[in-house]
Amino acid sequence: MGMEQVGHNFMTGQLEDVVQWARRRSMWPAAFGLACCAIEMMAAGGAHYDLGRYGMEVFRASPRQADLMIVAGRVSQKMAPVLRQVYDQMVEPKWVISMGVCASSGGMFNNYAIVQGVDQIVPVDVYIPGCPPGPETLMHGILNLHEMVRTGEIMKRRSANNGGAGIEIANVLPTDSAPTPVTISVADNSSSKLAV
Amino acid sequence: MTEAAYAYTTPTDALVAKFAGSVAIESHGQSVVHVDKSSLADVVEYLRVSEEFTMCLDVTAVDHLQDVERPQIDGIKRERFEVVVNLISHPRNIRIRLITQVPESDPSVPTLTSSFSGTSFPEREVYDMFGITFEGHPDLTRILMPDEWVGHPLRKDDAPARVPVTFKGDPGPR
Amino acid sequence: MSLTEEELTMQITGDSSRTDSGDDVAEDVAEQSVLAPELKRLSRQTGEGSQELRPLQEIVIAGGPWPELEGDGQTMIINMGPQHPSTHGVLRMMMELDGETVVRAKPVIGYLHTGMEKTGEELTYVQGATNVTRMDYVSPLSNELVFATAVEQLLDVEVPERAIWMRMMLVELNRISSHLLFQATNGMDMGAVNMMLYGWREREEVLRVLEIITGLRMNHNFIRPGGLAADLPDGWQEAVLGVCKQVEAGIADYDKLLTENPIWQSRTVGVGVITTEQCMALSITGPVLRSTGFPWDLRKTQPYLAYDQVDFDVIYTDNGDCYDRYRIRLFEVLESVKIVRQCVAKMPGGDYRVQDKKITPPPRARIDESMEALIHHFKLFTEGFRVPPGETYARIESPRGEIGCYLVSDGTGKPVRMHVRGPSFYNLQAISPMMEGRMVADAVAIISTCDPIMGEVDR
Repeated sequence: MGMEQVGHNFMTGQLEDVVQWARRRSMWPAAFGLACCAIEMMAAGGAHYDLGRYGMEVFRASPRQADLMIVAGRVSQKMAPVLRQVYDQMVEPKWVISMGVCASSGGMFNNYAIVQGVDQIVPVDVYIPGCPPGPETLMHGILNLHEMVRTGEIMKRRSANNGGAGIEIANVLPTDSAPTPVTISVADNSSSKLAV
Repeated sequence: MTEAAYAYTTPTDALVAKFAGSVAIESHGQSVVHVDKSSLADVVEYLRVSEEFTMCLDVTAVDHLQDVERPQIDGIKRERFEVVVNLISHPRNIRIRLITQVPESDPSVPTLTSSFSGTSFPEREVYDMFGITFEGHPDLTRILMPDEWVGHPLRKDDAPARVPVTFKGDPGPR
Repeated sequence: MSLTEEELTMQITGDSSRTDSGDDVAEDVAEQSVLAPELKRLSRQTGEGSQELRPLQEIVIAGGPWPELEGDGQTMIINMGPQHPSTHGVLRMMMELDGETVVRAKPVIGYLHTGMEKTGEELTYVQGATNVTRMDYVSPLSNELVFATAVEQLLDVEVPERAIWMRMMLVELNRISSHLLFQATNGMDMGAVNMMLYGWREREEVLRVLEIITGLRMNHNFIRPGGLAADLPDGWQEAVLGVCKQVEAGIADYDKLLTENPIWQSRTVGVGVITTEQCMALSITGPVLRSTGFPWDLRKTQPYLAYDQVDFDVIYTDNGDCYDRYRIRLFEVLESVKIVRQCVAKMPGGDYRVQDKKITPPPRARIDESMEALIHHFKLFTEGFRVPPGETYARIESPRGEIGCYLVSDGTGKPVRMHVRGPSFYNLQAISPMMEGRMVADAVAIISTCDPIMGEVDR
């Protein structure tokens, strides 16, 4: 049945286990390819590496249908507001993987054009190193995320694991292009309860 | 068409003879002509019409603000900016590179879009990156940077090529 | 039956108090006071930043049968991208539509602008290859080759025979993998999703060979000024010849699957037509130019490396449509396989890099035993080598067209200007004339067969 990991049968199992199992086993990524890493992300979805094994081969074109954003590639200053908008359009619960050093820290491009780490814009759950990370590395990161989802809190996720950078977006973007400044605050626990 | 059909043996000869202030040099086996800023568009149009230069491959610019050493060429007053145009003639299978000096005080050159409409993108790029305007360009707007960006990043005195690395959760200097 | 604007407002908001004379201020306030805690509660629930609900607002719809909108040429502007699955990365198309027909189209780029030309001025010539290889990330070796060629022209050095043939073999293998990627993504864009799996299947094999030789699947940084980073590893002949066979079998599969396929043909034949004259005016090179019946390939017409010593054909077709661009890329793979086979057969012995102490690091074994070699190695990789002042434009035929590198040196260890003419940047200009007057459903096919790589467009 594929429910072996749940640990109990349906009579004695906890609802939390079932939710975690379901979230982990059908994680749909949003197709958010930016640069070189997108090619490796597509390679991971191809026949040889076959992300379908993890129930993840459906790259959704619409962020509304996705619950995982794989930021694959360097994020430019011009792309940053777009990326934030796509992230905002995704419905909870949602996770972010920062794939490659450019997305994680700016990488070798520490210049005027590249956002020095996508965690300045969206909260990141898993960072994957490499330039570009091979499909194996991406899969390792995905498995790590799966483990986080399986063992983590299902309700107070953000405040529980301190995901995200806690940096104001207003400081990062050119003031004119930024949409309404958004505070990603991890300190404020009162405002991070999720609707269920 | 054979070589004899042209008025001059090489296009560089033609440019030197026809346009005042043109200096032909050779750089690593490639023919380069330094032309005057005011005649750049005419030179390109002449090459297209009379010398069968069929394609403008590239338009770019160079900022020579901080050069340590810059070779001098007789008859050319070196300015801060250079606009570089690469042309190719498919029928004759030759290339030519035009270089024009653009002073910092008046960073503008005539547009080449009337001769080759494909120079639209690269001219916008040069405008975006160097702030050199192309007079007569139909849509001279920023192309790579956001519209509201201030400055021209590839100028040597504008954007930093390296920004300090910031660390997440860095408590600052101890 | 048509409603007035006010009545519509009423129906939508369901707020009857507003259609009264408008003096029921007290009732409004009362309603707000009921709403306020509710709003507060809602905004608490989704505390993830900007997902907070906005206060209730009036929604006004200008209703009616809209007679003025029917067939009077009113157009609509839609945006495609920058986050769109079939735009090959972050290309954004602004399209003005009249019904289903594209009236105007304008590519908006810059969403992947990386400032590589600025970073290139900050890196030494040794490090430069690391930078340029990330421009056209589908054919990184072409970028490295053009940069290395430009530096070598400035330095005035000749690379040894073996380096030339190795470079040629690697670049051709890279051309194969690039065209296979095109087959995969093009098929996916057109709705032939199985092509994606097949394309990736063969591409993985090519990447594996490149990994055996260069150590990396992508962004190899293998072709460097003065030669290559390393010699060919043991057993490279078997690997390369094996992958040639697999690629040929794969291409035969695609050919059988698509070329004569009536669905594929009806999707691509006659779509996105461009002429040679338009290509000339718009500076378009590569397969797009060759699809218009103009057999211009720098490997034949202005040979570099040792392309004049190998036997291959330039593929070109006459119609200039999407189908032709697909066919050209399909059969160019077979020509590249031909070149790779000849490279394996003719690979000369000797050194894989110039033995010039100024630009070549000492061999690894020498560093262990000689202090001078260690210092030399250290200085070469920290300060780099000095390049005589001058400027040059190097060009090669990349899988997407003529890629050029304009390099200006002032005699120091770093270039004054490192400009790369990315063929995709210019080829993007072809999209507008191809698209205008076509159906919006063809837009994806047209973008896809132009095969733009945004890393190279935006640099």
